[in-house]
Amino acid sequence: MSNNLTWVVVGPAANIPQQGARTLQTETDRIAIFRTLDDQIFALLDRCPHKQGPLAQGIVHGHFVTCPLHNMVFSLETGEAQGPDDGCAAKVECQVIDGIVRVGLTELQAGLRHAG
Amino acid sequence: MNHVTAALRTAKVRLVVIGNGMAGMRTVEEILNRAPDKYDITVFGAEPRVNYNRIMLSPLLSGEKDFDEIVINTPEWYTENNIHLYSGDPVVKIDRDRKVVISKSGTETEYDQLLLATGSDPIIIPVPGHKLDGVVTFRDVDDVDTMLGAAAKGGPAVVIGGGLLGLEAAVGLQSRGMDVTVLHLAGHVMERQLDPSAGYLLAQELERRGITVITEADTAEIVGSEHVTGVRLKDGRMIPADLVVMAVGIRPNGRLAADAGVAVERGIVVDDVMTTSDPAIFAVGECVQHRGQCYGLVAPLFEMAKSLADHMAEIETDGYTGSVTSTKLKVTGVDVFSAGDFSGGGETEEIVFRDAGRGVYKRIVLEDGKIKGAVLYGDTSDGGWYFQLMKDGEDVTELRDTLAFGQAFAGGSAGNPLDAVAALPDDAEICGCNGVCKGSIVAAISEKSLTTLDEVKGHTKASASCGSCSGLVENLLAATLGGDYQAATVKPICTCTDHDHDSVRRLIIAKNLKSMPAVMQELEWKSSDGCHVCRPALNYYLLAAWPGEYVDHGASRFINERVHANIQKDGTYSVIPRMWGGLTNPRELRAIADVADKFEIPTVKVTGGQRIDLLGVKKEDLPAVWADLNAAGMVSGHAYGKSLRTVKSCVGQEWCRFGTQMSMGMAVELEKMTWGSWMPHKFKMAVSGCPRNCAEATIKDFGVVATDGGWDLHVGGNGGIHVRATDLLCKVTTDDEVKEYCGAFIQLYREEARYLERTAPWIERVGMKHVQERVVDDEANRKALFERFMISQKTAQIDPWAERASEGVDAHEFTPLSMVAAE
Repeated sequence: MSNNLTWVVVGPAANIPQQGARTLQTETDRIAIFRTLDDQIFALLDRCPHKQGPLAQGIVHGHFVTCPLHNMVFSLETGEAQGPDDGCAAKVECQVIDGIVRVGLTELQAGLRHAG
Repeated sequence: MNHVTAALRTAKVRLVVIGNGMAGMRTVEEILNRAPDKYDITVFGAEPRVNYNRIMLSPLLSGEKDFDEIVINTPEWYTENNIHLYSGDPVVKIDRDRKVVISKSGTETEYDQLLLATGSDPIIIPVPGHKLDGVVTFRDVDDVDTMLGAAAKGGPAVVIGGGLLGLEAAVGLQSRGMDVTVLHLAGHVMERQLDPSAGYLLAQELERRGITVITEADTAEIVGSEHVTGVRLKDGRMIPADLVVMAVGIRPNGRLAADAGVAVERGIVVDDVMTTSDPAIFAVGECVQHRGQCYGLVAPLFEMAKSLADHMAEIETDGYTGSVTSTKLKVTGVDVFSAGDFSGGGETEEIVFRDAGRGVYKRIVLEDGKIKGAVLYGDTSDGGWYFQLMKDGEDVTELRDTLAFGQAFAGGSAGNPLDAVAALPDDAEICGCNGVCKGSIVAAISEKSLTTLDEVKGHTKASASCGSCSGLVENLLAATLGGDYQAATVKPICTCTDHDHDSVRRLIIAKNLKSMPAVMQELEWKSSDGCHVCRPALNYYLLAAWPGEYVDHGASRFINERVHANIQKDGTYSVIPRMWGGLTNPRELRAIADVADKFEIPTVKVTGGQRIDLLGVKKEDLPAVWADLNAAGMVSGHAYGKSLRTVKSCVGQEWCRFGTQMSMGMAVELEKMTWGSWMPHKFKMAVSGCPRNCAEATIKDFGVVATDGGWDLHVGGNGGIHVRATDLLCKVTTDDEVKEYCGAFIQLYREEARYLERTAPWIERVGMKHVQERVVDDEANRKALFERFMISQKTAQIDPWAERASEGVDAHEFTPLSMVAAE
């Protein structure tokens, strides 16, 4: 998966609010990019596995986010649902270099291949 | 007891007690337990109030308790036990020849036996200026009142004395907003109870809280002309102060006894059954000197009281043999424990355990294989265990290697807390504040069929004061009742904390906590930054506690309140502009229609709250939608908020054939007054113009129904899953009264209800009487509530839509990131 990622720059980490998120629209998906209280950056597909809730709109606490639709909690590190809930939000590769956030997109997301 | 005949009364032994404090009343309680009909008891107290728990003055000062919570014996208790109480009328003379005491008011009372429980007096250092206004001791409720008066003005305070009491005073004053300096003569604080290492850790913690600690500080004079302005040290340093608290120690009060010719040295001299040099006179508490010792702590008083009560009830007793004492500092968030003699040296050896990361320090001093003393800082959970081993003189040689790790390691039994309490001996002290041992609690549980913590509190007073032993008491209940015990614990807010909503609300104000990190730090949150359950609650509590000062924390609000629209199932939003009292006009309707066309809004719906809902708006379109609605004069309807939502109305006297009052006008006025206010939960109102109640006001949080002569005010209704009709709050006659009662009711709800608790369950919980007492019966309180509501509204009535549509607030919420290819 990560072998042929297309890395794109989305700007400074400071543009993402602490304990919050911003979204990035790609060819095929919307990606949620989170910044935690300890200033770490994580990315997930902005789609809760339960009912496609927009995770970027959730409350960020520790390295977790709570989906705004039905309060399911997901790990930002792994995408795994916490507690009794099942499911996994799709993780997106991202890195911060000198305070600048980069996201690793698949060929489909980057529009290099057409879906289907 | 209540059917005592006069003849029987006179047959009783007349006992007069001088001192209505902890020692005197504890002795009386013990006597009543043993020989309820033997004595005819009269009590004289200097303070004009009932008996209260003096060791709870610190929580009273910090605001963690109020007076009612520290009362030990209520006025009813004195009546029920036929005790004659003269409070505020101290005894000034004992005439031993006539066996009479004479009080300040001139009352003469004869006694057969006399009990002296005159306690001790705070020591005043006679430096120049010690009589100035603003110099107080820290000994009784009046002192606390003086300190609270000074703290209300803020400013600098100096506490002279860094012992137990001085530090508790310092922390209390600091939490009340004063700038506190502690002056301490010795090289480290609490030198009687702590060794230098623990003293250092404690001083560091105090400094971290903003309290300045100066050790080796020798006071030269207190400066000021009438009122104190500062304290000058012998080295010339000058510390400004509007309040000076002297907490340098106490001195046994033996004046009355000495004047009457009873033997007094440092304290009133007593033998092992607490009898003075006059066989008809006993003494207990801090005023006594027993085997050369005077005590200033509470545990010895309880032990003396028991021995004396045995003696007076003619029960075989070994008498009082002296006390081994332990000390705990009553400062929330600082755990300090010490017991016995920890000076070390000589034949002793010591075990020291440090964990800098956790700020833990433990020192246990051993002699001949037994514990001689212990100092614990930062982790005092094993204090009781060490203390018991020390009192029992247990040989701990076998446990030595793991002794510092505590009972769980050494005893093995503490792994299961129930086994641990089951293993405790009957005389193990459970509640230090009230001197209750395991045996008494277990006996009460069995004999009186107690099943809850509250019942145990009521019957034994265990855990009724500071509450730090309530976990132990619960374990005792569980161990005694076995499977029949259902722990009725308060429900914590969430897994991030052990605190429930009510205690968090109280502590935010008591400890002056003004930010989310401050709350989480001071109340020992277990997660770095809370979770989606506690963060919105804390944000609301902080807003409610510090209106105009606390800055709303958007990241702790649910998305609806963060972006001022309701999220729908597909991630789009709905927008509801405010329609004052359910009224609109062609211009507003045109603007709404134009917005729906322009932004291709798929659904336009009329809501149950008499407004129009635009559903299916994309998040990034929200600011533009709001700008167009703002341009037509419309603001947010807060249909997404835990806040004032809508005020429904009927057409009222303005149009209706039956209307008795102008309900549309009243609805508009109420909505103009209350819009923008944050609440524990959504809040809905309605105004009906006649008793036919077409606006359905009786299922609203606050409902107003017109009558012929005025308005009926209803509260606590809601529709939803559990429909609840309102209760009638009261009837009023004028429009201004409607507004005042409405604002006051809202403010009471905002200040007292738990987050996400609507008015209906809140009223079910606290009772309608509680609400009426505060909003209807107490006019001054109603006006104060109303005023607080209106002050908070000054900063609340800003249209959140306008801020976001034209002032760029939270722009990051509505604009997605864009990307460029990485090179």
